[in-house]
Amino acid sequence: MQMFEAIMLSVIAASTPLLLAAAGELVAERSGVLNLGLEGMMIMGAACAFAGAYLSGSVVVGALCGVLAGTAMAAIFAIFTLGLAVNQVASGLALTILGTGLSGLIGAGFVGQRITPAPQLHLPVLTDLPLVGGILFGQDAFVYLSVALVIGIWLFLYRSRAGLVLRAVGDNHTSAHALGYPVLKIRALAVLFGGACAGLAGAFLPLAYTPFFIPGMTAGRGWIALALVVFASWRPGRLVAGAYLFGAVSILQLHAQALGLGIPSQLMSSLPYLATVIVLVLISRTRGIAGSAAPASLGVVFVPDR
Amino acid sequence: MPLVLERRSERSATIAIASPLIAIALTLATMAVLFAILGKNPIEALDVYFLEPLTDPYSLGEIAVKATPLVMIAIGLSLCYIANIWNIGAEGQFLVGAVAGSWLAVRTNGTDAGHWVLPAMLLLGALGGALYALIPAICKVRFGASEILTSLMLVYVANFGLDYLVRGPWRDPHGMNFPTTADFDPVATVPTLIEGGRLHAGAILTLFVVMAATVLLGRTIMGFEIRLVGAAPKAARFSGFNADKLTLFTFAVSGALAGLAGIIEVAGPVGHLQPDISPGYGFTAIIVAFLGRLNPVGILIAGLFLALTFIGGENAEIAIKVPLDLTKVFQGILLFYVLACDSMIIYRIRFISTLRKPAHADV
Amino acid sequence: MRAISITKRYGSFLANDGIDLDLFPAEIHALLGENGAGKSTLVKTIYGLIQPNDGELRWMNRKIVLGGPSEARELGIGMVFQHFTLFENLTVAENVALGLAPTESFASISERLQETARLYGLPLEPKREVWRLSVGERQRIEIVRALMQNPKLLILDEPTSVLTPQEADQLFVVLDRLKGEGRAILYISHKLDEVKRLCDTATILRGGKKVATCNPRQETAASLARMMVGADIGEVKAASGRDVSVPRLVIHRLSLEPDDPHGTHLDQVSLEVRGGEIVGIAGVSGNGQDELFAALSGERLSPSEGAVVIDGLAAGTLGVNERRRMGAAFVPEERLGHGTAPRMKLSENALLTGHAASGMVKRGFVDKPATLATVDRTTETFDVRKAKRDPEAVSLSGGNLQKFIVGREILREPGVLVVSQPTWGVDAGAAATIRQALIDLAGRGTAVLVVSQDLDELLEIADRTAVMFHGRLSAPLIAAEVTREKLGLLMGGAKTGEEPSVEEASHAVGA
Repeated sequence: MQMFEAIMLSVIAASTPLLLAAAGELVAERSGVLNLGLEGMMIMGAACAFAGAYLSGSVVVGALCGVLAGTAMAAIFAIFTLGLAVNQVASGLALTILGTGLSGLIGAGFVGQRITPAPQLHLPVLTDLPLVGGILFGQDAFVYLSVALVIGIWLFLYRSRAGLVLRAVGDNHTSAHALGYPVLKIRALAVLFGGACAGLAGAFLPLAYTPFFIPGMTAGRGWIALALVVFASWRPGRLVAGAYLFGAVSILQLHAQALGLGIPSQLMSSLPYLATVIVLVLISRTRGIAGSAAPASLGVVFVPDR
Repeated sequence: MPLVLERRSERSATIAIASPLIAIALTLATMAVLFAILGKNPIEALDVYFLEPLTDPYSLGEIAVKATPLVMIAIGLSLCYIANIWNIGAEGQFLVGAVAGSWLAVRTNGTDAGHWVLPAMLLLGALGGALYALIPAICKVRFGASEILTSLMLVYVANFGLDYLVRGPWRDPHGMNFPTTADFDPVATVPTLIEGGRLHAGAILTLFVVMAATVLLGRTIMGFEIRLVGAAPKAARFSGFNADKLTLFTFAVSGALAGLAGIIEVAGPVGHLQPDISPGYGFTAIIVAFLGRLNPVGILIAGLFLALTFIGGENAEIAIKVPLDLTKVFQGILLFYVLACDSMIIYRIRFISTLRKPAHADV
Repeated sequence: MRAISITKRYGSFLANDGIDLDLFPAEIHALLGENGAGKSTLVKTIYGLIQPNDGELRWMNRKIVLGGPSEARELGIGMVFQHFTLFENLTVAENVALGLAPTESFASISERLQETARLYGLPLEPKREVWRLSVGERQRIEIVRALMQNPKLLILDEPTSVLTPQEADQLFVVLDRLKGEGRAILYISHKLDEVKRLCDTATILRGGKKVATCNPRQETAASLARMMVGADIGEVKAASGRDVSVPRLVIHRLSLEPDDPHGTHLDQVSLEVRGGEIVGIAGVSGNGQDELFAALSGERLSPSEGAVVIDGLAAGTLGVNERRRMGAAFVPEERLGHGTAPRMKLSENALLTGHAASGMVKRGFVDKPATLATVDRTTETFDVRKAKRDPEAVSLSGGNLQKFIVGREILREPGVLVVSQPTWGVDAGAAATIRQALIDLAGRGTAVLVVSQDLDELLEIADRTAVMFHGRLSAPLIAAEVTREKLGLLMGGAKTGEEPSVEEASHAVGA
């Protein structure tokens, strides 16, 4: 029982940054923009969040710094891809390289320092319930935020006018433009939102997951989050399932080592990445019959004519 | 918005030539600002980064040594990118090529093997890289999976694989527990060109690759196919070209070149297999490819330039205490500016003061 | 609405040059002109999509400046686009909602949409996704959406280009009813008999300028055409008594699943085209023409090798270049992106279809002088106007590019030529050149297959015409038997064993 609770808690912790980052990217991609710079935005979020928390003594300030950092990185991406019609794939890569380098510069001074991690919820009776108490009622704010975020995004996309417009822009930007919608502005907002989420996801790592910062601590989570969006067929509901699935796989390696199975640690470490490849293959294959579920204008450059 | 983007009627030839230079100039300016923020003298810093390495022959040799894998990988990548096929896993293919070729070196280590060893290693390296690159290619062609994500995931896997081998089965028993293989025998080592320096025969091979790519892209029907598939996929199909076959081909070739670069690097400058044989060559090569405008000669020049910054970065770390991460920042900024300037070849920026008045200034 | 001296420039190209236009209520006003005359540009200006460089707009005698289409809609201007502004993966109701102001609730929009649709005899189901609908049904969405805003001015841009003759008749009934309600209608077209039937006034544009405003009912088709084109276009001479030889292209019970899930399934298509004849395939786009073209060219392989036979050899499982080597040539519908690579030079575009069988490639290397020679010969033979010897394909005008594309194939003297929409969006002069070239080619013994949405074109040049509907091909009618009515019925689904669809059977409510 203890073991089960411990495993569940660690799965949730591993899944939360994936969910946060993927949720934001989902919104951006639904509007038609492919932002491969997720890893760069996340690692910047991590570095700035830790710096902010350490310098101010407050986790909230740290989280805000992380969010701002992610948004700023996304703004750079938006200027180039939306303002200057630059190829989105190449820009995303540039953003990742830039973010990785910048985060190293910013975080360098804080390596080895510690902060008090984000507090976890404690409700009088509920948190102490056996088995589910800690899982449901004893999490930190990030976890609850991630769930709220996904619900909010679902409501936005499917129950609001603005969400309808966003989906339309992602489906056919030419039609949207002909109807008078500001395609570039809508996409820019979606991209900035994606950046904010990525920054928050990155902030989770040094503020809640571990109470310190290591350069490169995102370790490819941003890329896995991108795969998650594909896995979820761009639908928020399936995103939650996918994030927790991947979180579970990445936890496997720690517990396998604890269980003393004689599998080389490097193989276990590569499991999440291998799993991503396998999942991508499976999901693309089944969809091939039904037609692509991707937003039709995803990744296509748009330059309005006046 | 007072600024809008507008498509030009024909590509601007002047900007096509000037674009990399403008991008470099903009990057230098931004770096100067960054140096100032970090509290270093911008002029001094720029000098250490870009000018000093050019001043002594040893440095120049090092630049060539660093440029060799960059250019070789980037040429392969350019074939993919021209066709809109996004091989992001060159780093992994580099590592797998290094491992594949090293296998033979480790196997024959200490035995009295003949001169066939090195060519065989190079072949194995190219083959290993090609096969590893075919994995994401097949995933794309057969299953429609995004090659960007699959090729990238495999980089992490390759890294872990290499780590396992040099810490485990291939570790040098006399190596005092360091995670490396034994030093390669002389027959398993790439010969150097100049006494006392590290410049090696791989550089000659790279030059050959550049020339071959130039002919391929400019003069052959295969080159036309690559360009057409990237420019107009429907027209390419109409022209009878098979996009799937091309995906497999370009991935295999770029994987082979990356793998070849990998084994050359290991069997040359490094001399044995260890976990960090690559300071991110596979990723920097992506920047080299774009900076070189996906053109073989351009890539050669771009590779030399970026190799210069690697050396400059190492010098700067010692001389003015600037962290190595700054080199990554530089590369990211440079790539952004290159892409932006390239966009100006097909688009122009116009100022519109109000919506109704006729547009005036053209940029 | 008054448009006064509207001028719009794109770079050095003058799309609209000082055009005046007056639109009155209870009047259907035609805007006539051939492709490229500036009609779409003018109309987009009136709708607020484009800002003119000069001139002004007046609405109810008040000067207005339109910042965008939503402002135009607020004033009471509605537009039905030629190229639909729809979102395929969204439902009908969602599409309508996106074209209306955000003040109404979704539920109320859904309700109003059904009512309006019923009222005007254009039934729609709110919850259906657009990709499932036919072209005619999609246009209904555009119209109903515009009508729901109670427009005082309704603009229609080439609405009948995608309709069968019967569907067009129904549309006219609706338009007459709207006119009776006191609305102003601006009707853009290049089809003269339609305009004469439907419209009270006509303004004619040519080369960006307004040429005349007249009453089309008092003019003849010939006089209108002369105003549109500026001169008498040489009559296309149909070669009489062409020698017809053996079948050179045989399609035998071709059935094919579509590549694209939203595509059309081909069902037992059979046809023979003999050397020396021109066979036409009519039909509204979206009924399988694209799939058929891909199967004939070899871009898609057929399930059996006998499904497509070229000059007696089974070619169904052979690729494009093998078919080219057998002497077949193809011209697809889409000039830019399919027939040519827009940003590549003409010489490279000559290589595009020429590398298989025209001696441009030697041992893997490209013979650049040979490709340039093809460009020169095509330019000379087909009067292709361009700015320099070897420009990018995208820099040529529609008509000139089409002449190049058709010309490069004809110069190969193919035994079989399959061409799709040969004169779509092409100016009258180039269209005549192209049609004459096709006729001459057939005269030299080639089997020519023309797929076209333009009934007038097929009536002019085809010896036999079949109709494509829902992936099935009707038996061909010979020229003497062919009438627009018969073709129209076939295009709407009658006589191929299909039930004529509900639209054909229902009538618009009172005129």
